[in-house]
Amino acid sequence: MIEIKGVHKSFGDLEVLKGIDLNVNSGEVVSIIGASGSGKSTLLYCINAIEKINSGNIIVDDIDVHDKKTDKNKLRQNLGMVFQQWNSFPHLTVLENAALAPRIVKGFTKEEAEEIARKELVHVGLGDKLDVYPTRMSGGQQQRLAIARALAMKPAYMLFDEVTSALDPELVGEVLDTLRLLRDDGMTMICVTHEISFAKEVSDKVAFFHKGLIEEMGPPDEVLGNPQRERTQQFLSKVL
Amino acid sequence: MNLFTPLSWNDSGFILTGIMNTIYISVVAIVIGTILGLLIGFLRAESNKSVNMVLGGFLDILRSVPLIIQLILFSTYVGAMGHPLSPFIAGSIILSLYTMAFMSEVFRSGFDSVPTSMRTASRSLGMSYLQTVIHIRVPIGMRAVFPSWLGVALSVIKDSALVSVIGYMELLRTGEQLISRTQEPLMILIGIGLFYFMISYPLSRYGKHVERKMAI
Repeated sequence: MIEIKGVHKSFGDLEVLKGIDLNVNSGEVVSIIGASGSGKSTLLYCINAIEKINSGNIIVDDIDVHDKKTDKNKLRQNLGMVFQQWNSFPHLTVLENAALAPRIVKGFTKEEAEEIARKELVHVGLGDKLDVYPTRMSGGQQQRLAIARALAMKPAYMLFDEVTSALDPELVGEVLDTLRLLRDDGMTMICVTHEISFAKEVSDKVAFFHKGLIEEMGPPDEVLGNPQRERTQQFLSKVL
Repeated sequence: MNLFTPLSWNDSGFILTGIMNTIYISVVAIVIGTILGLLIGFLRAESNKSVNMVLGGFLDILRSVPLIIQLILFSTYVGAMGHPLSPFIAGSIILSLYTMAFMSEVFRSGFDSVPTSMRTASRSLGMSYLQTVIHIRVPIGMRAVFPSWLGVALSVIKDSALVSVIGYMELLRTGEQLISRTQEPLMILIGIGLFYFMISYPLSRYGKHVERKMAI
């Protein structure tokens, strides 16, 4: 379970998160929507301890993420993250991309790591690309590689930061299909997304962020189908 | 009595020693310069402004003062201090530092070429800072600057000719001795030039081949 309590985060004078409270239960899919600059991505970065927080708490499975004593590298193994940019490692093949972290971080042998990586790559539909260098693949394929690479660490949680935003429209579908696959596997996920219809379809809970606060949160049918807050209505009328 | 004797097959061993010494000191300078350059380049990519200013100033001196002056100053000064060094040692030290100064800039731009987002993605997989450096930043950054690295390495081979001024018997000095004996400067200098070409050209071709193979 991920528990986010009263999280504040500033970059210099700019307060990006102004007190976020959010719980994500095991097996739950939570989508975060909102305009650019509303703090959605920053929250994911804070959950993964890539960014520090100014106050509040983020607890992942009873571990305080921002406690100085917390081993951040160990914590991140349990929190897979996929970014807007896929950041494939260009010097490694697809298989090596996904096998690298299990080998050097978890200490598996090359063969063991590649076996784990192969399974995840087949799962996301890249079984025929194992020996290809990622630069020879489309953005959608590279993004699926990024997902498989994160899954190869066997995380309990997956954080998705606008993973379809940098893709050509015709490539968005294959990545969303992969996310659906993970949801069907029972993966706990937090998805920052602009794909409203996707959020409506897969989420157990949708949170609408506005200027560093959660303006409205609830089941997708309510937040997206019948929003109560004026700002949510305005946002949805613009994007739908 | 004839003071000058023509070039003969008996000189081939002498010439070969010159060639080997040129290769020897070049390899030493390139290897040491690359290792030190990698460390300094990394330090520069990671350091704040003040550290960079100090390092940059030191490297600027090494890069800006002509190599021949550095060689003469160093070997004379160290000798005058009562620690005479062999021409090979003195030459290796200066040529390595000179190489390092250029290599460090090459490597720094290599490290800078790896986007921050790539590092973040690596860290998000649980990799430590050091693992990210070893497995991601070095291999990706170094591929990007391989052509520049090769350019520096090739120029070091040619610059090694300057070590002759402090008495190291490399190819050029070997040639000078032969010239003074045979009085055939044209033929010998052309021959020496050809040797440098024969060392450098295959390397540059091989570099192009490697570059194509590593193209990412």
